[in-house]
Amino acid sequence: MGRKLDPTTKVKRGPGKKARKQKGAEVELANFITEEDTGAKRLSSRARKRAAKRVQNLKKPEDITEKQPKKGFSDENSKWLKPTKRKRKMDEPESEDESEDQWEDEDEEEEEEKAPLQKKGGKRQEKKSVELGLKNLEEEEDDDDDDDDDDEEEEMVDDYGADDDGSGEEEEEEESDGDDLLPIERAAKKEKKLKESMAPSSDDDDDEEEEEEDEDDEQKSDSEMDEEDTIQTNIDDVDNFKLPSAEESEEGALSLDLKTVHQRIKDNIDVLCNFSAKREEGKARVEYLSLLRKDLCTYYSYNEFLIEKLMDLFPLSELVDFLEANEIQRPVTIRTNTLKTRRRDLAQALINRGVNLDPLGKWSKVGLVIYDSSVPIGATPEYLAGHYMLQGASSFLPVMALSPQEGELVLDMSSAPGGKTSYIAQLMRNTGVIVANDANADRLKSVVGNLHRLGVTNAVVCNYDGRQFPKVMGGFDRVLLDAPCSGTGVIAKDPAVKTSKDEADILRSAHLQKELILSAIDSVNAASPSGGYLIYCTCSIMVEENEWVVDYALKKRNVKLVPTGLDFGKEGFTSFKKYRFHPSLKLTRRFYPHSHNMDGFFVAKFKKFSNVIPSASTGKEDEKTEASEATEVTESPKKTAPKNKTVKDAPAKTNAQKKNAKTNGAAAKKQNFKTKGQQDSQTGPKKAKIAKMDGEPVKGDQVKKGTVEKPAMKSPDQTKESKTVKKDGSRFEKKQTKKGKTPLKMKNRMGKNAFKKMKHKWPKNK
Amino acid sequence: MRPLTEEETKTMFEKLSKYIGENIKLLVDRPDGTYCFRLHQDRVFYMSEKILKLATNFSRDKLISVGTCFGKFTKTKKFRLHITALDFLAPYAKFKVWVKPGAEQSFLYGNHVLKSGLGRITENTMQYQGVVVYSMADVPLGFGVAAKSTQECRRVDPMSIVVFHQADVGEFIRSEETLT
Repeated sequence: MGRKLDPTTKVKRGPGKKARKQKGAEVELANFITEEDTGAKRLSSRARKRAAKRVQNLKKPEDITEKQPKKGFSDENSKWLKPTKRKRKMDEPESEDESEDQWEDEDEEEEEEKAPLQKKGGKRQEKKSVELGLKNLEEEEDDDDDDDDDDEEEEMVDDYGADDDGSGEEEEEEESDGDDLLPIERAAKKEKKLKESMAPSSDDDDDEEEEEEDEDDEQKSDSEMDEEDTIQTNIDDVDNFKLPSAEESEEGALSLDLKTVHQRIKDNIDVLCNFSAKREEGKARVEYLSLLRKDLCTYYSYNEFLIEKLMDLFPLSELVDFLEANEIQRPVTIRTNTLKTRRRDLAQALINRGVNLDPLGKWSKVGLVIYDSSVPIGATPEYLAGHYMLQGASSFLPVMALSPQEGELVLDMSSAPGGKTSYIAQLMRNTGVIVANDANADRLKSVVGNLHRLGVTNAVVCNYDGRQFPKVMGGFDRVLLDAPCSGTGVIAKDPAVKTSKDEADILRSAHLQKELILSAIDSVNAASPSGGYLIYCTCSIMVEENEWVVDYALKKRNVKLVPTGLDFGKEGFTSFKKYRFHPSLKLTRRFYPHSHNMDGFFVAKFKKFSNVIPSASTGKEDEKTEASEATEVTESPKKTAPKNKTVKDAPAKTNAQKKNAKTNGAAAKKQNFKTKGQQDSQTGPKKAKIAKMDGEPVKGDQVKKGTVEKPAMKSPDQTKESKTVKKDGSRFEKKQTKKGKTPLKMKNRMGKNAFKKMKHKWPKNK
Repeated sequence: MRPLTEEETKTMFEKLSKYIGENIKLLVDRPDGTYCFRLHQDRVFYMSEKILKLATNFSRDKLISVGTCFGKFTKTKKFRLHITALDFLAPYAKFKVWVKPGAEQSFLYGNHVLKSGLGRITENTMQYQGVVVYSMADVPLGFGVAAKSTQECRRVDPMSIVVFHQADVGEFIRSEETLT
């Protein structure tokens, strides 16, 4: 019944060692003062004129000032309304002027003559004294006078209103809507603006602000740039950013103080964005860029390779936003499990547990954003009962793009930890069948756990390498391939990516992705009445892992890109540096942490329009590990293949092969090209083609003999032998394609080669 | 993966009937298709025929789970129900126990249900009868065995155990590795 108080163990009081220290008042004050100091410089031309006038005014006879014992507000408001206090003696009359301007009539001309105004003030004062009635005696007025003087003598630093002295005017001119703001609000607004203009840098920016910025980022950016320029030049004593000399930077003489580095990044980007105007004479853009790269590496602690990639990927203005966004965690999001509950009920239940949440956005009907929670969100009874799943917002997208229909056969090729899989199940309402595959057996445990917890009953969980999948099973209506990737989109989640990746890693994963995407495509059944779709997605933002892979798939298979059905996100690249991609890559979608406030993500949706693998003719097959006899096939150009029907035994063979295929694959029973059998059936017609093609140029007995005989020999145990053949073949093929197609000669030569190879192999086979 | 033997079927159904009684029939004869039990690596999976057919594509060592896992046979050939079967036990349960919100958390950490945490209990629950445990919001939390009959429950002191814990949904997190 509760813990008993133990007097022996004394509980420590006060903030713990790790309690984060809040910024104290001193810090705030310090900021403020520095700003004020710069404020003096920020006088606009008008303000300067006015200041000059004011100095003159100061020397004016005292009687006027005496006449107005209380500055400022003369009407009824004066009883409660206190004018802002001033800070600098020098500015006294000005601030008075200012305050009047601000509070009474904003529209008044600023050039208004000082004297009349003061007269007016005097008059008002008189009026006031009349109003106040007979009580007001002369002495009292004098007293007032004295008080006021005292006030003026004091240096009030903590006065926010005073901040408006110099540049307030400008601000107001810019934003007339700020009229009815309190001085403190205005000050805050100004500060925010300043911050914005100085490249969003401070780490303590909270998420909401970030979001806000994100939204209007795009529209603003242009105007912002200009603004930035003006303000920045005002702030910095030195207007021009000077590129440190080469020796300086080489020797490491550059300051490594983070603040200066940050400032340098800002200035550098400023220059680079407006290069022709702001460059230093005789300095090349490359020099600026290399300095910037170095600084970014230091400041954000990335390795050079990744920064370089990112610099290629983003315009400079966006780059810093992206890097900053990677320092901040994305909001925690959950997905309602509609198999068990409704979003409204779930939200209510969680709110009752002290969770602060909101709907995710218009685009999702099941997502909720968790702002903060008094209970661990991953262990509430609702979570355990399977009412929701913790899932990043970006993970919703591929499944939404996949839009699985009820009763379909869906494959999730790399499913761990089962978030997307369960979302698919929920969209299908537990009908049809989902095959959840993952290459990692350990990670499959979480898939099983999650699927059971969420009440998914239509799933089969298996543990294959995705690259072998079409061999295992095919004929899927839809396939989701969430490929393993370098994770450059989720740096916020896993900062290790910053330093651990290099070119080889990217290319390695790109290669794996290419293999996976082909096998994923081969698993799809194009003849499916409702489907035939493939979603390819990664949590990487590298072009090599996304557009390049997609483009590769487009070339290798009978697929086309279709709109993803996601109405936001940025279009994929159609050209990037040395790469030129298919124009339809516009239909793919990219998501970035800084612009969409979700993990960096890429989604592409394919529609497969034919089960035939175009491999045979153009040597596409050789990329696939299994289908390997393509080597010989590649020799003959594509177009000639179908026309040629001269060889008689070839078609016969095809038929035989096809029959084989049919009997082999269980799923292939239904249709000729149903995909289970596809693998086999591929080999069937392909071999036939091989035969045809090689037979076509009837050159030398060797060729004919070799090729015609070969398939028959191979069919029993193609794979073992073929691997070795394939290697040589593919290498050769590459050379060949480079050289261009000069069919006859090539064929002859290659035929010989192939024949030799085969000759070597036959005896072994037997 | 293979169908259950006669003996295995008997052991499992006996176990199941402790919780859902004759409602077992509803599990096997379903209006939305034929469902069946299959044994795979000592675990019993419950799935529709359609999934069963597809699952034949996968080799034994590569297949991890099909449909819903109901439980496993121990080495001594007894059957142990897993929490994963809860989805099918809860709707058909004959005897239920509701726990108070305060005791929810305790039960989810694997503790028995005490009298003090007992919200409601089905009338006429016999001692050692299998019961499904619900939260007061009617969310199934797990199952167990009634330690006392309903009549006794009224009399016992608040700290005595009324339901022995067998499985709870907290196991989805606590023992994720052993679920299948």
